[in-house]
Amino acid sequence: MKRYQELPIGGVIPGGATPHLVQTGGWRSGKKPVFNEKLCVNCLLCWVHCPEATILVERSQMRGISYDHCKGCGICSQACPTGAIVMVAETNDEPQMPQQKAGEEVCV
Amino acid sequence: MRVATEQKRLTLITGAEAAAHAMRQINPDVVPVYPITPQTPIIETFAQFIADGQCDTEIINVESEHSAMSAAVGASCAGARVMTATSSQGLALMLEIVYIAASMRCPIVIAVGSRALSGPINIHCDHSDSMMARDAGCVQIFAENAQEAYDLMIIAQRLAEDRRVLVPVMVMQDGFTITHSAEPVALLPDESVREFVGQYEPLYPLLDTDRPTTQGPFALPDYYFELKRQQVDALEAARTVWLELQERFAETSGRRYEGFFEEYKLSDAEYALVILSSTAGTAKVVIDRLRRKGVKVGLLKPWLFRPFPAEEIAQALAHAHAIAVLDRAISFGSWGPMYLEISAALGRYLHEKPVLYNYIYGLGGRDTPPESIASVVTDMQNELDPRVLRYLGLRE
Repeated sequence: MKRYQELPIGGVIPGGATPHLVQTGGWRSGKKPVFNEKLCVNCLLCWVHCPEATILVERSQMRGISYDHCKGCGICSQACPTGAIVMVAETNDEPQMPQQKAGEEVCV
Repeated sequence: MRVATEQKRLTLITGAEAAAHAMRQINPDVVPVYPITPQTPIIETFAQFIADGQCDTEIINVESEHSAMSAAVGASCAGARVMTATSSQGLALMLEIVYIAASMRCPIVIAVGSRALSGPINIHCDHSDSMMARDAGCVQIFAENAQEAYDLMIIAQRLAEDRRVLVPVMVMQDGFTITHSAEPVALLPDESVREFVGQYEPLYPLLDTDRPTTQGPFALPDYYFELKRQQVDALEAARTVWLELQERFAETSGRRYEGFFEEYKLSDAEYALVILSSTAGTAKVVIDRLRRKGVKVGLLKPWLFRPFPAEEIAQALAHAHAIAVLDRAISFGSWGPMYLEISAALGRYLHEKPVLYNYIYGLGGRDTPPESIASVVTDMQNELDPRVLRYLGLRE
C-alpha cells in the first residue's frame, strides 16, 4: 500500500472512485437480485438506479447482474417496471422466477 | 513590524472594514456567510462593496454557520476561491465542517472576530473561540490591530492557496476592540493586492470534467492515518511559505512582518511578556513606561499560532530571567493554551529555562488596563510562585 507521501492529498481519488477496481460484493444483505431476461424491456431504469456497478449493460441492452458488486439493496427490483428483477434469499440456489402469463401485456 | 516611513494614504476604518477591504481587493469567487456579532460588520461592509459593483463575489446567504462552511467546502472543491467570516458560536457551529475543510485541503480564508464562547452568553472578546479550533488543521494567524487584520488577510489568501499548504487559514482580530474601533489603515492599491494573491489555480477542481475526481471519500483504518499525516506536512510547509510571503509582501507594501512573531524591546529583556492580539498593543505602552523606570521588560507577540513557531520562540525567550504568558482563553483543568505551547517549547529546546508564569486575562471582554499588565511584571520581580495559575482583573 502507498505511503502517505505517495497518496494524493486530501483523500482525493483522481479519475474518480470506481467499483470497477474494487469488488464490493464480498457480502450482501441476505437477498440477491435475479434477472429474468424474458420480462426485460431494456428500459435500463435498473442501471440508472443501481448505486454500484452491478447492472451489466452491453450496447444499451441489459445483460445481467454482477454479483461481484451487488450489495443486495434491492433498488433495481423496485425500479424495474416489469418484474424482470426479483430479490431472492441468498441461500435459495434455485430461485422461482416470475413467469409471464400467457397473453399478459407488460406495462412499461 | 516595521512600518514604512512613507505612507501615501491612510484611511480611517475599523478592523472589520479593513478585513472587508482586503476581501474586496481579493475578490473571491464565493463567500458563504452567516452574520454574528462582532464579525457582522465585516460581511456587511463586504456586501455593500458588492452592491456598489466594486467586486463581483457570489455571496451565499445560508441558514447557519454549519451551512456556511459546508457551502464553502463545496465551492472550494468545485475550484472556487472561497472566503468566509465568523465569531464565537458561529465558529463553534462551523467547527465540524472546519475539520473537514482542512482534511479535504480546502484553502478557505476565515476572518474571525474573536469573541467569548457561551455560556454564559457574552458578545465580547476573548480567544476561546479560536483556541477551540486550534486542532482543526487550519493555519491560525492573530492580528493586533486593523492594519495587521488587513495585511494578514491578504497574506492568508496566498498562504492558503500555496500548493505546499492548501489548508484553511483563520485570521483573528479581537472582537469590538479591533473589529469596531476605527484607526488609520494604509490600504494597498487594488492592483497590488490582485497581483500579490494572483489567480487561484485549484489542484483538483470538481468542475473540471476532463479530469474527474472523487473527493471526500470514506477512509478506513487503512488510509485515514496517512491522510492525517499529510496534514502535518501541510502545516509544516506553512512555516516556509509564510516566510517567503513576508518577503513578497514587504516588496508590495513596504510593511515587513519579520519572522513568525513581533519582538518589542525583547532582545535585552530580563522579563518577557507573551501576548496575542490587541492586548499586545497595551503591553507596548506598559513596556515603554517601565523601561523609562529602568525595568528591562519586553514583549513577544506571535502572529502565527498554528503552526506554532516553538523553536524560534524558545530561542527568542532564552535569555529572559522570567516569562509571563498571558492567555485570553483557558483549558479548564489545565492551563492557558499558549502557556502550554510555550512551556513545551522551552522544555524541548532549552537546557536552562527561564521561570515561566501563566496569567488568564480578559475573558468575556474583561478590560485589561495597563496597570494589570504592569502588575504581572511586578509579580515576576517579586519572584512569586510560578506553579500557580493566576488571573488578571478577576474579583477573588
